[in-house]
Amino acid sequence: MNSVVKMLLKRIGTSLVVLIGVSMLIFTIARVIPGDPARIALGPNASIEQIDKLRERLHLNDNIITQYGYFIKDLSNGNLGISLYTNRPVTTDIAQFLPATLELVIFAGFFMVAFGIPLGIIAAKYKDKWQDHSVRILALLTVSAPSFVWAVILMLLFAFFLPLFPVAGRIDDQLLLPDNITGFLTVDALIDGNFTVFVNAIWHILLPAFALSLSGIGQAARLTRANMVETYKKPYIEMAQAFGFSAKRIATKYAFKPSLIPSLTIIGLDFAAMLGNAFLVEAVFAWPGLSRYGVQVILRKDLNAIVGTVLVISAMFLVVNIIVDLLITYINPRIRLAKGQ
Amino acid sequence: MKKIFYQLTSNPMSLLGVILVSIVILSAIFADFITPFPEHRGAIVDFSNFNQPPHWPNIFGTDLVGRDLFTRIIYAYRISLILGFVVLVISVPIGVSIGLVAGYMGGWTETILMRITDVFLSIPPLVLAMSVMGLLEPSLFNGMMAVTIMWWPWYTRLVYNLTRSETQEGYVLAAEIIGASKFHIIFREILPNCWASIITKMALDLGFVILIAASLSFLGLGVQAPTPDLGSMVAEGGNYLPDSWWLVIFPALAILIAVFGFNLLGDALREILGGEE
Repeated sequence: MNSVVKMLLKRIGTSLVVLIGVSMLIFTIARVIPGDPARIALGPNASIEQIDKLRERLHLNDNIITQYGYFIKDLSNGNLGISLYTNRPVTTDIAQFLPATLELVIFAGFFMVAFGIPLGIIAAKYKDKWQDHSVRILALLTVSAPSFVWAVILMLLFAFFLPLFPVAGRIDDQLLLPDNITGFLTVDALIDGNFTVFVNAIWHILLPAFALSLSGIGQAARLTRANMVETYKKPYIEMAQAFGFSAKRIATKYAFKPSLIPSLTIIGLDFAAMLGNAFLVEAVFAWPGLSRYGVQVILRKDLNAIVGTVLVISAMFLVVNIIVDLLITYINPRIRLAKGQ
Repeated sequence: MKKIFYQLTSNPMSLLGVILVSIVILSAIFADFITPFPEHRGAIVDFSNFNQPPHWPNIFGTDLVGRDLFTRIIYAYRISLILGFVVLVISVPIGVSIGLVAGYMGGWTETILMRITDVFLSIPPLVLAMSVMGLLEPSLFNGMMAVTIMWWPWYTRLVYNLTRSETQEGYVLAAEIIGASKFHIIFREILPNCWASIITKMALDLGFVILIAASLSFLGLGVQAPTPDLGSMVAEGGNYLPDSWWLVIFPALAILIAVFGFNLLGDALREILGGEE
């Protein structure tokens, strides 16, 4: 246990260093670009005095290192500044829009694991048979289109031609929203005990989450297959076969876990990619998440909001990677039992 | 070279890849000759023939101002390919050099270079490109810059790992013993052994650059009208579903076909050249 705690602390430490690096990077990019953010925020009719005042308030007249100092000082108080687009604290905006995006990404992540890994196992089991080839083609196809392409194709097929799923939004308009506790509509509905809302929310999330997860499913299937095939070449599998263990027992008990470890790392990376791709799927399904906000603030050069959004998304990504590392530690006894390094 | 071409065409999947990629590249090059209405790639309006479903001679239908969709898709291929080539030509040398230096030198150089790489890799690619793109003005050139900034770290990561294992090899030690310069060892000894992996990744990446560029313009952060672009075509047509389905389906399939082709080709190259995943 001790070694796990040590590893966790070390990972959190390096992640914090990386996060500070991300803040510097995005802060620098945001400050060196041409154009005066104060002028853009106030519009073409603003007077010179108004602009000067805003520049003063945003510390835009100081040098970049001083500006970064102000930024870090605010950040340590949990303050990401005021969005020039909504005129509210950036943290308030993100807290409002992030849960919808996270809910979508978590559902998609679930699909990725629930479909991708079994498909990979099937392909490995029937190596070089038609099942294997179909999974391979499927996997290649799914990673060959951005998620917005899958989103419009799925929407056209399963929302318009076969009207099985709703076209847009998180929930039917006439339904009352449950109390906002976690921001996850499905969870809030359950806390509220409102089953109608719960079912309706699930019904709305299925299609966008599936569109978002498709390329991840392909990736997960491909990697699981490759790793399973590798594992089956190992001597201890041969030994298990020599002992006459059933194919099922070998697959589930001996081959699966070691094959899962390399896949998990990639699944973590894919999860991060989905945080970005969610922007595309949200745009197609009019999902009220971080996407519309993100695109709006980017188009308006709303510096605080852009820096805040990127920082929060990167932090999410680092957290996911730490969780994946923990899972790997849990699965792999060689890491779990090793004396702390 | 002949052998590689033979191996590529002997397997049905890689043959399909070669065919798809050839179609995409040739149609982009000869767009002026194969498209029925080359002038439709620009700002042209033909309201007598707008928003028509596929029919002869507009085999993919026409868009909201009456331009031939087939023509615009072929010209969009041209723009996407140019963008993909430029991005790789700039980002691969940068990424590869940093990876080589970090992997061979070790110590503080390695720590600093790889931490910087980690920073770039810990922002989801699309989000990084979006922010860079949005902070600049959306345009083709800035699109190339934005994608380049997010692309080099992947090559650094790849080449760094390769270099780390190559450095253990006997030939590197031999070169060190005879007193070869660091520059010579890095670029003349280690680099040639990384080519297979780099080229494989480039073939795969050409597809992915097209994919990312389409995603950017889908969000309105890429190539601007009237330049034809697959991503913005899908975005525009999305407002007219399901009635004007052709506005969405053909550009969407065009993206899928191009990226699928490059993926098949990259996959086949990986098997032939033995590059890394």
